[in-house]
Amino acid sequence: MQRYSGFGLVKHALSHHENWERQWRNPTPKKQYDVIIIGGGGHGLATAYYLAKEHGVKNVAVLEKGWLGGGNTARNTTIVRSNYLWDESAALYEHSMKLWEGLSRDINYNVMFSQRGVLNLGHTLQDMRDIQRRVNANRLNGIDGEVLDTRGVQEIVPILDCSTRARYPVLGASWQPRAGVARHDAVAWGYARAADAQGVDLLQNTEVTGFKIRDGQVYGVHTNRGDIEARTIGCVTAGNSGVLAKMAGFRLPLESHPLQALVSEPLKPVLDTVVMSNQVHGYISQSDKGDLVIGAGIDGYNGYGQRGSYPTVEHTLQAIVEMFPIFSRVRMNRQWGGIVDTCPDACPILSKTPVKGLFFNCGWGTGGFKATPGSGHVFAASLAKGEMHPIAAPFSIDRFHSGALIDEHGAAGVAH
Amino acid sequence: MFLIYCPYCEELREEPEFHAKGQAHIARPQDPEACSDEEWGDYLFFRDNPRGIHHELWVHAIGCRKFFNITRNTVSYEILETYKMGEQPTITAESLSRDDKTADGVQVADGGQQTVGASDSAVNFVRGAKV
Ligand SMILES: Cc1cc2nc3c(=O)[nH]c(=O)nc-3n(C[C@H](O)[C@H](O)[C@H](O)COP(=O)(O)OP(=O)(O)OC[C@H]3O[C@@H](n4cnc5c(N)ncnc54)[C@H](O)[C@@H]3O)c2cc1C
Ligand SMILES: [Zn+2]
Repeated sequence: MQRYSGFGLVKHALSHHENWERQWRNPTPKKQYDVIIIGGGGHGLATAYYLAKEHGVKNVAVLEKGWLGGGNTARNTTIVRSNYLWDESAALYEHSMKLWEGLSRDINYNVMFSQRGVLNLGHTLQDMRDIQRRVNANRLNGIDGEVLDTRGVQEIVPILDCSTRARYPVLGASWQPRAGVARHDAVAWGYARAADAQGVDLLQNTEVTGFKIRDGQVYGVHTNRGDIEARTIGCVTAGNSGVLAKMAGFRLPLESHPLQALVSEPLKPVLDTVVMSNQVHGYISQSDKGDLVIGAGIDGYNGYGQRGSYPTVEHTLQAIVEMFPIFSRVRMNRQWGGIVDTCPDACPILSKTPVKGLFFNCGWGTGGFKATPGSGHVFAASLAKGEMHPIAAPFSIDRFHSGALIDEHGAAGVAH
Repeated sequence: MFLIYCPYCEELREEPEFHAKGQAHIARPQDPEACSDEEWGDYLFFRDNPRGIHHELWVHAIGCRKFFNITRNTVSYEILETYKMGEQPTITAESLSRDDKTADGVQVADGGQQTVGASDSAVNFVRGAKV
């Protein structure tokens, strides 16, 4: 792998940047691998990278039906934080946060991880009680967090309407300074390049259409490019996980919903942090290009169409303008949707399945981008050992039968 | 935006009046106490989540407030029919796959799962018969 550096940039400038190496190969599929990862989003690519790098499992293929990172990885609003309420989820997302903090260096790729802080606003007394409870829980788990009052919020975001005139006045917020945003495409590309350098085959335009299962043990997949064999398979297909589970003969506690985002025309820097509100339901940050990045809620119906409905966009922009009257005349540039796999307890599934050798990593729903490094890291360890990593273990599918749910939705009201 | 025909109001109304409530026709176990953990968990949490034809429960939340069912394609988002509680769908993935697999631009994957838009005949049938 050609290492990226300031020196390299200068050197390549001399040849008009025409001689950069390709970031990854475009190999032809082998008949057999030790491990197959289905889904070339951030989580799948990270899994492949850590498998090769940390566990020496290098005979690995990532099968992606479209292009790398073209799913939710490329469609999300890139908020990264770890201030989750319950111990299990706090451990998972904080593990991820620690990896984010060294990621650009580790994979020699600038993922533009920017720890600009995240505010989760409270607009009611109950919001504020929940925020206090969550920040206390975070601190006990070694995660940074502060409870701010209205004035504290106003100091951080002068353009936020913190007046008492607001229909849902801002009473305060939780503030996680280490949280922030990252460049979504760079995360996928960086992991792809680093995995490829370890010998992982990245197979694009390769769609899995079925599983080869004998005596309850998986031993390969059918694809549009022929059969490929492996006795360990990790399925990391986000919104399509239900479809893959059906191919393998079981159901998941998931529903796939459209989730939309939109960006505005580019503006001068005006918002240097991330503001989220579950109460009015909107979240916003400003990208380095200057566009406002705005996320919506899910459309209530099931859908695989990678687009959403107009009423949802309208509702989101109402929330944004309620919080930031200054944005009322900003024009929106682009709008799109991703398909998120929501779980009843708003926590992911990292699990063995009824089929031996077949593991699923899914259910990240509306909030899995932040977990990309941590999810890949613990999932790779689980695939390598055949046993779930201790951080992943509580996220087994079994919890929907045992009742040991990790109820982030009700308790912390977390969305993204 | 969906225009949804409420089978009780017998009118086409706009999407914001409605709420989607997920998969339809899930029968509550007769005797919950007698369920195994598996049966109860399946009932509460596990869903078909198909890519294609989906029968789902909706409520006309700020209209008549009644629950009813919709048969909808989760890829093209086409609404194929709406019907009252207690009724059964007339259009299913199986009934569509029994038709010519390639007629009217429909493609039905093996296993009866519809992957591309609904057939024109199905849509016309619904429009003619109900709306
Ligand atoms: C609008 C929006 C905003 C969001 N905002 C945030 C946010 O601010 N913060 C946050 O943390 N998270 C956010 N998320 C959630 C986040 O994007 C996802 O949880 C995360 O990116 C999931 O990554 P992944 O790699 O699992 O899935 P994906 O990136 O979707 O990758 C799955 C891949 O599997 C492939 N695939 C599917 N079926 C097959 C098959 N049969 N064969 C081969 N390949 C297949 C797909 O093509 C896809 O590339 C948001 C999501 C959306 C849609
Ligand atoms: Zn009605």
